[in-house]
Amino acid sequence: MGFNLNLLLIIPMMTLAGILITKDSGKARVVAAIGMSVQLLLVMWLWVAFAAERNSGNEAEVLFLQDYIWFKSLNIHYAIGVDGISVGMIVLTGVIIFTGVFASWTLKELPKEFFMWLILLSTGVFGFFISLDMFTLFLFFEIAVIPMYLLIGIWGTGRKEYAAMKLTLMLMGASAILIVGILGIYFNSSPDGNWTFNILEISKTTIPLEAQMYFFPFIFIGFGVISALFPFHTWSPDGHASAPTAVSMLHAGVLMKLGGYGILKVGIYLLPEAATAMADFFLLFVGIGVIYGALSAVMQNDLKYINAYSSVSHVGLILFGLLMLTKTALTGAVLQMISHGLITALFFGLIGMIYSRTHTRIVGEMRGLLKVMPFLSAAYVIAGLASLGLPGFSGFVAEITIFIGAFVHVETYYRVFTVIAVASIVVAAVYILRVIGKMLMGELKDETYKQLTDASWHEKVVVVTLILCITAIGMAPFALTELIRSSLEPIMMRF
Amino acid sequence: MSLSDLLLMRNELMLISALIIILIADLFYGDDRRNQFYTFSVVLVFIVTVVSFIPQETATLFGGMYHVGPTQMVMKAILNLGTFLVLLQASSWLNGPQKGRSGEFILLLISTLIGMGYMVSSQHFLMFFLGLELATIPLAALAAFETHQSKSAEAGIKFILLAAFSSGVLLFGLSMIYALSGSMYFEDVMLSVNDSPLAVLGLIFFISGLAFKISIVPFHLWTADVYEGAPISVTAYLSVVSKGAAVFILLIVLHTVFISLLDLWFPILYVLIILTITLGNLFALRQSNVKRFLAFSSIAQAGFILLGFINTNALGPATVIYFVLIYVFSNLAAFGVATAILDESGKQKLTDYKGFYDTNPKLSLVMMLAMFSLAGIPPVAGFFGKFFLFTAVAEQGYYVLVLIAVINSIVSLYYYLLVVKAMFIDKSESPIPTFQSNFPMKVSLVICVIGIVSIGFYGGLFDHLMEVASHFVSVN
Repeated sequence: MGFNLNLLLIIPMMTLAGILITKDSGKARVVAAIGMSVQLLLVMWLWVAFAAERNSGNEAEVLFLQDYIWFKSLNIHYAIGVDGISVGMIVLTGVIIFTGVFASWTLKELPKEFFMWLILLSTGVFGFFISLDMFTLFLFFEIAVIPMYLLIGIWGTGRKEYAAMKLTLMLMGASAILIVGILGIYFNSSPDGNWTFNILEISKTTIPLEAQMYFFPFIFIGFGVISALFPFHTWSPDGHASAPTAVSMLHAGVLMKLGGYGILKVGIYLLPEAATAMADFFLLFVGIGVIYGALSAVMQNDLKYINAYSSVSHVGLILFGLLMLTKTALTGAVLQMISHGLITALFFGLIGMIYSRTHTRIVGEMRGLLKVMPFLSAAYVIAGLASLGLPGFSGFVAEITIFIGAFVHVETYYRVFTVIAVASIVVAAVYILRVIGKMLMGELKDETYKQLTDASWHEKVVVVTLILCITAIGMAPFALTELIRSSLEPIMMRF
Repeated sequence: MSLSDLLLMRNELMLISALIIILIADLFYGDDRRNQFYTFSVVLVFIVTVVSFIPQETATLFGGMYHVGPTQMVMKAILNLGTFLVLLQASSWLNGPQKGRSGEFILLLISTLIGMGYMVSSQHFLMFFLGLELATIPLAALAAFETHQSKSAEAGIKFILLAAFSSGVLLFGLSMIYALSGSMYFEDVMLSVNDSPLAVLGLIFFISGLAFKISIVPFHLWTADVYEGAPISVTAYLSVVSKGAAVFILLIVLHTVFISLLDLWFPILYVLIILTITLGNLFALRQSNVKRFLAFSSIAQAGFILLGFINTNALGPATVIYFVLIYVFSNLAAFGVATAILDESGKQKLTDYKGFYDTNPKLSLVMMLAMFSLAGIPPVAGFFGKFFLFTAVAEQGYYVLVLIAVINSIVSLYYYLLVVKAMFIDKSESPIPTFQSNFPMKVSLVICVIGIVSIGFYGGLFDHLMEVASHFVSVN
């Protein structure tokens, strides 16, 4: 069963063109919805095709490979292909951009432009996950970041201009650091001057230890910033709080995972010795980030800020899992990327929906929502429980795998950080249950709240899709874990 | 020297013929037919530009004083293209307020282009100096073109004084080089140059002299005032074509004549690059006038271009030429939109651009593409240009310089985004009203946009430049 990965870029491009030629700006959302539904079917088909190919005994590291020369003199290729990890991330992206379109269904201001930027952003993300060449990887990384500026700046709320500029500059600054790392790997990728950007080819050689030690920090910090690595996480709360709903969903759900994916595929895979040697050092910052994010979330009153800080904490767990460098922990880290992506998208989606009714995001100003909007409230409870790691939901599967993988390390240093990381889950229970208790339970705040309506059909599409995915992973994680574990094999071989 | 030999000097001969034809035509087109005269001149320049892209055999003329190889051809083609675009963008200004004097403007513009052609092709310091002066003096007249405006006159005076001063410095350096080698031919100088104090001093004066033309910090002080005072089309020309030509000849001289003094000029450039990028950026951050803003951003861009000098393999010169080509499209797209707005509404403050997207979405998009390209955001051309410049520096192992440069490119992103913010995000009570720009302006903007969007995706272009540059490197 073959699959042309270029389709993953062509469909969004065609959707973009379709939106561009729509005359009536109300039709833009329809075109976007159709395009992203097709894209969702396509990523499902990709998963099926990938599984079928694996079952038929194709053990190649990367499937559906395509390779075109782009800049011959610098040996830059447009090389694409997927392994199990990329398939997982692509499916996640497909689901979230699909729900993102429906979450912005009632957007009033410049809808045509909004959907174009949103879909351009997702194109960058899809391109990032299929890239095998560091040059295109980097290119798509920046394409995924820059639309954020206008998406937040034009359609955001609150201090949107400040937040948009801060987010863009910090993320682009991170990519600037990344350039140094990528060029460093490139010029050390071959002893005889046949340099390459191709990740698969570089993985067959060993980069000199000195160069590894020099360039690993650039790669780790460069990708780490977009995964809200402490102390470079400050863009995240402001950015997420100001962004419109769909953008928060996509950004916390998918974009923050680009960092973890990049660290795994470039940092750990290509620079394994340096990763081993420096894991202790970076663990310090990651550990602080995990607990700091959780504690900050407790102190917030704004729903979006609570979730933004909780994302800092949960995405910190991804980095934590990656730095453990055991197979189980790495599997957990990838699971957490997907799981947290779905849960946080659900959260931000629900917050957007609640805000559009109550016009406030301050926890203390709402009461008794369960009585007037049972569907949304129940969904919020589910999201909360999934987020704090209740068994049966995806969060539990991911986090338990990370912690089991982390406990393999017997050194006290690692033990301490593992305990700190586990403690963050307890703190998560505090900030999640507090919100549920204050906002959803109790008597209605006042009479005006009786007018509030429950979810409309497009909002139900968002909520149901995401909850289905979260519970499916929670109930039957094996399909996903197998997909990830088999693809981690080549990476583990490097250690 | 036979006629066929002379024809090898194709580019300059065509420009001279165009110059003479336009000079004569200027007499015959009366006041009522100035628009036709403008169209006629533009078509002539267009023909010259197109022909300059056709490959030509390598040739050496005038006893080795003049040389044209693949590298020089590409450089001249880029300069011609830039001039053509500037001429298109000047249309409504030339056919409007300057109606009676469009002939003068075009003639002066072409004369500078001829000078640049000779400068880029020179293999002898005398030829080089003649070309340089021919390229500079008419520019002063151009800067002072709006005679009724004191600012324009001031710009002209400042420019000519500093040009004369920098030429003096440069000549002083050349005299030392001559004292050392007893010849002005590049080849002879290359063989006899050594690390004696005389040669070192000569080199430093030479770099300083050209640094004025490229407006490298700390030789940049004239730039902002002249750019602001001069008519906007002249500013565009100064910041793109004139700067490009000076970059090209500096590249040729450093990479051929002074290649043996590598250890000396590498550190000099290293420091100059850091100063230029950083200070250019810091000044650009605070500008509220679009012309001044583009002036300072072009200083920073010049610093980026110099990055490619820090690589003596084919990759270095190739990335420099590649980036200049991209810079022509990107900067002229930005200047084009600024010119259109200035012609239409007389506004040139950044705050006047607020709400521009609501009234003129297409021009805003062009400006946004230009800003993204200048800042180096993919997938537009500027990203590829900058990435390859960084690659060129990294190949030499100067990772610290790469880091400083990339961080600066993020600083520059901030002020380029301010323009995008003004147009797209900010709302205004009285935005610039919707308008249609005239046909030549549209053509120039379309060409720029095609260049910005497509250059990166067509990988063959860079490979071609690598091959061209490898010729140039192998000459040494």
